[in-house]
Amino acid sequence: MTSIYSRRLWANRIGIALSMLAMSVGLIVLLWILWTLFSKGFAALSLDLFTQDTPAPGSEGGGLRNAIVGSGLILLFSMLIATPVGILAGIYLAEYGRISKFASFTRFMTDIMLSAPSIVIGLFVYALFVATTGGFSGWAGSLALALIAIPVVVRTTENMLKLVPTSLREAAFAVGAPRWQVSLKITLRAVKSGVVTGVLLAMARITGETAPLLFTALNNQFFSTNMDEPMGNLPVVIYQFALSPYDNWVNLAWGGALLIALFVLAINIGVRVAFRNKDKR
Amino acid sequence: MSEPSTLSGLDLQAVQIRKFRLQDTLFHLTTQLFAVLLLAALLGILISLALEAWPSIKEFGLPFLWTNVWSVPDDQYGALAAIYGTVVTSVLALLFAVPVSFGIAFYLTESCPPWLRRPLGTAIELLAGVPSIVYGIWGLFIFAPLFADHIQPPLQALLGNVPIIGGWFSGPPIGVGILTASIVLAMMVIPFIASVMRDVFDTVPDVLKESAYGIGCTKWEVMRNIVLPYTRVGVIGGIMLGLGRALGETMAVTFVIGNANRINGSLFAPGTSIASTLANEFGEADPGLHIASLFELGLVLFVITFVVLAISRWLISRSMGSEGL
Repeated sequence: MTSIYSRRLWANRIGIALSMLAMSVGLIVLLWILWTLFSKGFAALSLDLFTQDTPAPGSEGGGLRNAIVGSGLILLFSMLIATPVGILAGIYLAEYGRISKFASFTRFMTDIMLSAPSIVIGLFVYALFVATTGGFSGWAGSLALALIAIPVVVRTTENMLKLVPTSLREAAFAVGAPRWQVSLKITLRAVKSGVVTGVLLAMARITGETAPLLFTALNNQFFSTNMDEPMGNLPVVIYQFALSPYDNWVNLAWGGALLIALFVLAINIGVRVAFRNKDKR
Repeated sequence: MSEPSTLSGLDLQAVQIRKFRLQDTLFHLTTQLFAVLLLAALLGILISLALEAWPSIKEFGLPFLWTNVWSVPDDQYGALAAIYGTVVTSVLALLFAVPVSFGIAFYLTESCPPWLRRPLGTAIELLAGVPSIVYGIWGLFIFAPLFADHIQPPLQALLGNVPIIGGWFSGPPIGVGILTASIVLAMMVIPFIASVMRDVFDTVPDVLKESAYGIGCTKWEVMRNIVLPYTRVGVIGGIMLGLGRALGETMAVTFVIGNANRINGSLFAPGTSIASTLANEFGEADPGLHIASLFELGLVLFVITFVVLAISRWLISRSMGSEGL
């Protein structure tokens, strides 16, 4: 008897100990990456990082101004494309697509697009846009990133809209509101903060995306705000500089990686903190 | 009819209703259009990749998939080395990631103190949010040298002379290579698999678990005999999701896999994956067969990940109920 009990007890203890070990592996990796980023990245952080452009090969000094501005522009325009498209498609799935076969099919495909390899999206935009209009451009980069952000916005919008109680919709219908007004002015407004969260998370998701920009926005060593031309951007600069033999470039890559990671983590944490306060109220 | 004012009131109402109806139809069609756009994009990816890959498909045919040649000077291309690298790194990554993810999900759902659940869960989600290029640069400069100095030599000493598997650990310990890429990939997919597992574990009715605890089961036994059998389908879905992610990951792999377009029996040797070949070569590819072959590689990757992800989503939605098909 006792041997069975002690065996079960030990199996339980070992199981729990291993699960704690797994949890600590996850935490250690997170802390280790953050620690590396901070220690290496802060060394590269200076005012020059924001005021100087990327330096020529082998030269000293320089910063990431052109890449930061370029990334900002590409990000801005991709979110300007992705937000309305994603929200409208999300509304369709939530409001009209509860029982339709077409909507469940679309939902399924959107879920697949959520995890589709981003480099393939880059290839697609290259074939569709770069090869036909003759050249790499900031617009192509924005389009590629938008295609990655859209499914995120669609699914969060839909999930949020589904949380709206049916009684709220019915109340609006009962006073004679047309469907579009119920959708845009009642339900969408009720879940506004959730939809904003989705948009922000989508932005966080595409901020660090490198692969789709390699063949679309390419890179630009010089400062440019012309979206019709190749455009410098942080992820591609990090990629090229990190693999270069120049210490100065590698340093700048660490600085860029820290900037991107801080931005992404700040969005992720900010969104969670804002949401938690909502829950409590 | 005797009172024209009422009539015009009714008329006005009818006009209003007609207007609303028209607006509603327009609204319906507009939102539907965007949903259709989404599907069109997916279909467009498939078609455009196939079109661009056509010269290569015509030239090399099906043997493209199992030919181990990648020579730009000779204009001869085959995908075997890239497919091999992609599959081996992803499968190895899952081997490392699945037990750890399971442990994390088990800890978070069953044995973690309630006040720690939220912060620890958030930490794992943050790990999922770290951009892949950060994993890449970290893997190249921090993890790979450490791996070469402190892990590869003992591993080689320990397993290098064992028959059959000894060959996996042969060759110089240079840090970058298939095994390193697998480990970095594993770190990347752990948060995805763990959060799916946590979500499906949460779907187990409390009553079911409580009855098991009531008859004296330990936490481990509840996990093994109640939760896991109940959520088997969803757990497999989560693992497939991780596989889909790992197959298509570009940046983290490109930094640490070594980018050698050949197959080597050793896991210490550098290799390549479909995504890293694309990242390395596409920018400078010559028009013609080279670029077409790269597009065909992209097509192969897209089709493989599509199938894996479709199965994964289907399993997860079956396990979670309501959502999806």
